[in-house]
Amino acid sequence: MHPAFSVVFFTTATGAGYGLLSLLGVLAGQGFIPPDFWLGLTGMGLALGLISAGLLSSAGHLGRPERAWRSFSQWRSSWLSREGVASVATFIPAGLFGIGWVVLGRTSGWVAVAGLLAAIGAVATVCTTGMIYASLKPIAQWHSRFTLPGYLIFSAMTGCVLLNALLQGFAVGSNTLLAAALLLTVLGWGWKLATWRYNDRLEIPTTANTATGLAGGTVRSMEWPHTEENYLLKEMGFRIARKHSVRLRQITQVLAFALPALLLVAAFALPWPYAAVSSMLAAIAQLAGMLVERWLFFAEAKHTVTLYYGR
Amino acid sequence: MTCLPAQTDKKLGLVIDLDTCVGCQACVTACKEWNTGGHMAPLTDIDPYGGDADGVWFNRVHSYEHMTEMGGRTVNFPRSCLHCETPACVTVCPTGASYKRASDGIVLVDEDKCIGCKLCSWACPYGAREFDTDVGVMKKCTLCVDRIYNDNLAEEDRVPACVAACPTSARHFGDLGDPASAISQLVAERGGVDLMPEMGYKPTNKYLPPRAHTTRAASVPAPALEAVRAEGGFLGWVDRMLSN
Amino acid sequence: MTNNLLRGANSAPSQRPLADTRAPAERDGVDTSPDVSDSIAKTTCYMCACRCGIDVHIKDGKVRYINGNKDHPVNRGVLCGKGSAGIMQHYSPARLTKPLLRTGLRGSGEFREIEWEEALSLATERLSNIRQTDPKKLAFFTGRDQSQSLTGWWASQFGTPNFAAHGGFCSVNMAAGGLYTIGGSFWEFGEPDWDNTKYFMLFGVAEDHDSNPIKIGLGKLKARGAKVVSINPCRTGYNAIADDWIGIRPGTDGLFVFALIHELLKAGRVDLDYLLRYTNAHILVIQEPGAADDGLFMRDGDGNPLAWDRVAKTPVDAGDTDAKPALTGSVLVDGRRCVPVFQLVADRYLDECYSPDAVADRCGISADTIRRIAAELAHVAFERQIELPVAWTDWAGRRHETIKGRPVSMHAMRGISAHSNGFHTCRAIHLLQVLLGTVDVPGGFRFKPPYPRSAPPGPKPAGKNVKPMTPLEGMPLGFVCGPEDLQIDEGSRPVRIDKAYSWDAPLAAHGLMHTVIRNAWAGDPYKIDTLFMYMSNMAWNSSMNTVETMAMLTDIDAEGEYKIPFIIYSDAYYSETVPFADLVLPDTTYLERHDCISLLDRPISHADGPGDAIRHPVVEPDRDVRPFQTVLIELGARLGLPGFVDDDGSAKYRDYADYIVNHERTPGVGPLAGWRGKDGTLVGKGDVNPDQLQRYIDNGGFWHQDFAADQRYYKMANRSYLDFAESMGFIPKAEPIVFQLYSEPMQRFRLAARGHGRVLPPEAERSRIETYMDPLPFWYAPFEETAVDSQAYPLHALTQRPMHMYHSWGSQNAWLRQITSQNRLFVHHRTAASLGLVDNDWVWIESINGKVKGQIKLVDGVNADTVWTWNAIGKRRGSWGLKDDAAESSRGFLLNHIIGDQTSADASGKRYSNSDPVTGQAAWFDLRVRIVKCAAEEAGFTEPQFERFRQPPHFEPSPDKLTFGAEFRREREAARP
Repeated sequence: MHPAFSVVFFTTATGAGYGLLSLLGVLAGQGFIPPDFWLGLTGMGLALGLISAGLLSSAGHLGRPERAWRSFSQWRSSWLSREGVASVATFIPAGLFGIGWVVLGRTSGWVAVAGLLAAIGAVATVCTTGMIYASLKPIAQWHSRFTLPGYLIFSAMTGCVLLNALLQGFAVGSNTLLAAALLLTVLGWGWKLATWRYNDRLEIPTTANTATGLAGGTVRSMEWPHTEENYLLKEMGFRIARKHSVRLRQITQVLAFALPALLLVAAFALPWPYAAVSSMLAAIAQLAGMLVERWLFFAEAKHTVTLYYGR
Repeated sequence: MTCLPAQTDKKLGLVIDLDTCVGCQACVTACKEWNTGGHMAPLTDIDPYGGDADGVWFNRVHSYEHMTEMGGRTVNFPRSCLHCETPACVTVCPTGASYKRASDGIVLVDEDKCIGCKLCSWACPYGAREFDTDVGVMKKCTLCVDRIYNDNLAEEDRVPACVAACPTSARHFGDLGDPASAISQLVAERGGVDLMPEMGYKPTNKYLPPRAHTTRAASVPAPALEAVRAEGGFLGWVDRMLSN
Repeated sequence: MTNNLLRGANSAPSQRPLADTRAPAERDGVDTSPDVSDSIAKTTCYMCACRCGIDVHIKDGKVRYINGNKDHPVNRGVLCGKGSAGIMQHYSPARLTKPLLRTGLRGSGEFREIEWEEALSLATERLSNIRQTDPKKLAFFTGRDQSQSLTGWWASQFGTPNFAAHGGFCSVNMAAGGLYTIGGSFWEFGEPDWDNTKYFMLFGVAEDHDSNPIKIGLGKLKARGAKVVSINPCRTGYNAIADDWIGIRPGTDGLFVFALIHELLKAGRVDLDYLLRYTNAHILVIQEPGAADDGLFMRDGDGNPLAWDRVAKTPVDAGDTDAKPALTGSVLVDGRRCVPVFQLVADRYLDECYSPDAVADRCGISADTIRRIAAELAHVAFERQIELPVAWTDWAGRRHETIKGRPVSMHAMRGISAHSNGFHTCRAIHLLQVLLGTVDVPGGFRFKPPYPRSAPPGPKPAGKNVKPMTPLEGMPLGFVCGPEDLQIDEGSRPVRIDKAYSWDAPLAAHGLMHTVIRNAWAGDPYKIDTLFMYMSNMAWNSSMNTVETMAMLTDIDAEGEYKIPFIIYSDAYYSETVPFADLVLPDTTYLERHDCISLLDRPISHADGPGDAIRHPVVEPDRDVRPFQTVLIELGARLGLPGFVDDDGSAKYRDYADYIVNHERTPGVGPLAGWRGKDGTLVGKGDVNPDQLQRYIDNGGFWHQDFAADQRYYKMANRSYLDFAESMGFIPKAEPIVFQLYSEPMQRFRLAARGHGRVLPPEAERSRIETYMDPLPFWYAPFEETAVDSQAYPLHALTQRPMHMYHSWGSQNAWLRQITSQNRLFVHHRTAASLGLVDNDWVWIESINGKVKGQIKLVDGVNADTVWTWNAIGKRRGSWGLKDDAAESSRGFLLNHIIGDQTSADASGKRYSNSDPVTGQAAWFDLRVRIVKCAAEEAGFTEPQFERFRQPPHFEPSPDKLTFGAEFRREREAARP
């Protein structure tokens, strides 16, 4: 699949944004994070900023963005529509929670409820995003039991690492949160490794034989219907060389998991402000690493239409 | 709208005879020609005279080499929308632009509702949908919905453009939901198959496999020739034959 | 069968409309009955030589859509990939827009626009000078011309013998091989009996002439489950759907056919009755080595060939239907040793050198396969005969209660034709058909009227007495029957610039267009003044040895003048040849013109009846262009050519349409056969009907007449058909056509080579004539194969035109070029592996003539000793309205660059045209190559590269985007309530 930057950025940014939002909604709403205007403003700004930037980026991916409103209508069948509904719906409790927590400085009562609802909305939105990919049968690497948990884990991981960086930045970090960020990073790493392992061993029942209905033996493409690349090949025929894939997986592991984990471990040991710097570096490295991960998520996904082209 | 009809009154579709298709591309350009001025007009061509020519087409013909223990065969393979019974391209559509008609089962795109998210093309395993970057919407085969019922065409011309053009008669059109229809009987007789049945999309269109190297192949059970046994060999045989 | 639903080729129940075509109540707002067109004009396609009937739907003055005409005898409603892309041909950005006069160097593409008056005056002045001095200094060659009865006649009236079209490059071996054997040919002039054949053999055919009829026919065979056997090195297109694909080594089809004949003869599986009735098998051939008539037919005092009555033991008139002719033996007649033709046939092909075991390796086909095919042929021909319950009467008045047929049919084309042994191979295939008794019988190969004609047909080429201001005595092209008919002067020098009908190519029935540029450049046999060409891409894909050809077109002599002094070229598009012209006459597209597809030329007849057709303008030109034929007629009038002016010197015809209606070649016979006579009631012969074109238009653009049931088969001997053919002027007299297994005209050339007769070949030519003018077909290795070191050049290299571009000048077509804008060299997996090549490698393809670079694609369906590519995809930068980055000029390659236009020098140092020695057919399939992986830095782009052509003045750059059809939708939607 073509790793369009708009979609790579969208899923990475909203993943992190919704992760952060849900953590803020739960933790601040339950009073684990003290109401502080600047902390709240920065936290909510970061979460909603990532979400909004991501959504805008995804709208930029549309051929007719001015009609984007139409995508709220088909929630009964379409995960993309559900994502649209969920993402917009989440803005309501998130906004209320923001007003309550940041502006009014409250964390109890309706603010806590709004925080919880925002968290639920965020998780639901991430689920819908994951399901968009997980439901696509023609792409075996996506249509797997790894995809939805992956989206949730990465959202939680990037959200938690961000939150940790935020709290450390405001010198209100906690070892518990640090430990959670570290654990989630390790979990994410493990999940990614497992996903890759699964994908690398995937035996896809759909072959050139079933694609053409020609049973038995081998089916080799002799000539395409066109000699230059068309929409199908540009959009779904993307191929990544094995050696590039290996290299990018290494970069992913270092940037998204290994380096953040090291920096988070370091943050345990380091005094403020070094712990804060280390935590922020961890978040930055992880987001960069997740962009690479997401790029690979697309680049390594093989659509069945490529079978028709002998790819 | 993107919820699928529980069932359709008819299952209109195509049957493509891979045993007969010579790969002439007639269906390809006939489709392009009709449809570029038809329901989904235009089928835009980007850089049509340059190095990155890329146009929208609803029907494409590949060629393959199929090698089995019985031998090899070149197979020309037209690929277009299969108008599936359970098409995910419809259900994934967030706007209701993609829909399956309850009357005849044709899968269409309502361009006015399409936001160009391209998800339907990702959901289609067959590559049946092509994006028009100029208009920003997805386009696809309409089964010539603007021909098959068209009062402005002579009745005999109310078939999809690809079927009308096909010089070898490798393309067939009809109601695959009616087991008594000529097209359904053809599928039964020739062992028509679904593409990627494992996807579970239940394609309406069927493909008739090539017959060479199979029990369906045309064959001539000819005994080996033996030299004439007449005296004088062949020339003696000629003389004898002439004097009979 | 008159049910309206059954019209057209696609009329199986599963291809018809729905039983109820009323739109369902869907309420999705889809307009299921949009208005399609304001009008439908029925005319004739010109995207290739097939000439299908088309319905052009016009909306708001623009072409909305083109579909096949269901009533048309050629295509019966279907249309191919080219025809359906006709819109893009018509609206091509490569269309010329105004007459051009060269201003820069020849070949640069620098022109200035001029008015038609200036263009015609320039041409008239030049041609008039030639006509007044030496008319043969005009060489007029017209490419893929569909108006040869006009262009040839024009040349004849001008007085130059130097006329031909594209046939010598294309398929004269098929034409001549057939016409000299059965009086008809494959090509588009005959067809298998698609409705009845049970076993079909296809030799060397990719997409070809008669393309839609062949496809329709193959569809019928497939529907009926008849067996299709293809003999072709490449398993593509029609060959892909064969039940049996025989991947023969190129140039060995003749051997394969002889091996089949060998097996059939040995097993006694030949139709003796058919041979006796319809062939010269029983005619006695004089066997007297050294005699002046050795090998000629034994004739009686009146010149009638004799046979030997095996009962009466006496010579008899071979045409005597009561005789009992012998087919074998050796007899003395008037003291002269004679044997029947059939004895010679048996002697030759029963020889073990033609046994399956002897030819298997050379053909790359196992002996068992050959034996199996022979057995299948015999089985179908003799055990599965068919009989149509129709009574008919033969030429001798014998009534037959049924029409019997042996349902084996064959078709052959370019794979046979484009080899230097193609003429004999073509004859071999006809011989095989005749031995099986399958020519023009139910289930066999059938003639399309006006064929069959006598073998060979009557008119001989004219042109030996070229005189200023004097027309030729006949048409420049015809059929020779012996050395005295050759177009050579007293010194044995060719009369024609292309050396057709010289000792180099005695039976060159279509001329040798491919030799004209070299010969004109070399002044051999003489210098010319003006080369006048029409729609033939001679500076690119219609020449062999392209690089040198371009150099010859621009070469200058010691005085600094071009060696070919003046070139006039007419084309509708900016092809690679236009920049080499001094004067360019822009033609119209096929939708803007009149044409006639005439029985005098290459008709669109069906085996079940004759037909012809017209084109008529369905849209107005939006450029300052004129139909070439109209321009030619005006030039004829300005030059005062007889036939083109009235007695008072005024133009006889206003334009081509006027000519089509009013021209009479012989009294009552004009370009069109339908609706003749003042009231339009006559066919074939009749007075001029001023309303004739309208009658054609009213009938859908064509005229077609179905034969009566008893006229459809055995046309070579069918009394009712022969009478009809005479009445139509197809044949001079209603006499039977006798198939010539043994060709007496060819033996006459052999005798000349042995020193007999008035016209003798020069000493140096004698062994060549002796060898190749064999009266019985034989096989020899293609010339290039024997001339080059086959170790150094181990592979055969072939080209085929893709089906969607055949004859279509398709790379300018926005739709067709998207399908193929780069060609690959297809190489067998095994061959590639042995050369260390992998898929997609870039390689040099090297022949003795040069090298060209391209990218390979590995396949399984090709003869392992053969590589091939799609032809004429490679284009020169700056032509055809393509942009500079088009794949056609960066990655597409043209194999023609490395095909020699001459043979290697023989012992005497002479180089012949790279052609068949009998007919002069260009032998471009003889090519031998090797392929070598190119260096890494050389990969990714083709070579050789040529300088980009400049664009003509005011040439609009091609658009970056096409949204054709959007306007129809806008208007439709605007009109909706």
